[in-house]
Amino acid sequence: MEILFYVFAAISVAGALGMVLSVRNTVAGALSLVGTMVALGGIYVMLEAYLIGALQVLIYAGAILVLFLFVVMLLNLRRDSFTPERQPVGKAISVLIGLAVLVQLVTVFLGSFGPPAELSEGFGTYRSVGIELFTDYVLLFEVTSLLLLSAMVGAVILAKRKID
Amino acid sequence: MVPIEHALALSATLFVIGALGALTRRNLIVILMSIELMLNAVNLALVAFSRQWGDQAGHVFALMVIVVAAAEVVVGLGIVVSLFRNRESVNIEDVSLLKW
Repeated sequence: MEILFYVFAAISVAGALGMVLSVRNTVAGALSLVGTMVALGGIYVMLEAYLIGALQVLIYAGAILVLFLFVVMLLNLRRDSFTPERQPVGKAISVLIGLAVLVQLVTVFLGSFGPPAELSEGFGTYRSVGIELFTDYVLLFEVTSLLLLSAMVGAVILAKRKID
Repeated sequence: MVPIEHALALSATLFVIGALGALTRRNLIVILMSIELMLNAVNLALVAFSRQWGDQAGHVFALMVIVVAAAEVVVGLGIVVSLFRNRESVNIEDVSLLKW
């Protein structure tokens, strides 16, 4: 069972690298990111987060990445618009900063955590996360609906009108 | 049982890959996808800590991160479409008016 985690982890890292390194073809990059999202959904289920795992596959792999693919195809980007990128110095500095951040994060995260806590009955299921969401975090939930409404209106206005 | 350290190491790796993509790439759509990847890495850390301490607050926060990511993608892609209509390009070098 535990080996499955490492399989999913390898798939997600490979998909992420494929997305970042896809210089020529953005569609292939978006499709490899779909692999990352599905693998992360599997990892969430292995970490007992059943609701988040289901929503990850539904929203990320099902909706957000489809939106990306839709826009990439709608814009009909020619292959020659992805010219090889310049600024090797800036890129080298970025990679150095990235490696430094990675070392720091891993150093912090690899501290000892001790054995995991005992889980309550039905941890991470629709019912128990839903009860938490609609009791302790109900204000957060309502504010989220406002955020979604404003994002929807903003997207319609942005994509509709020409900017002068 | 997945060791929490390994899940967190995976989260850090994905975050750094996303950050490098956002810093080095010049294609606006790829930059948006890298930001999505970073948000997902944070979600993985939230879920892993939630499992470690048996507290479901992390799940609620991960849900909110997913919602914010969806809203961000919708507005970001709206900007991309509008930009492409005006400039015929999604290269960020072509829209560096606000850069010194």
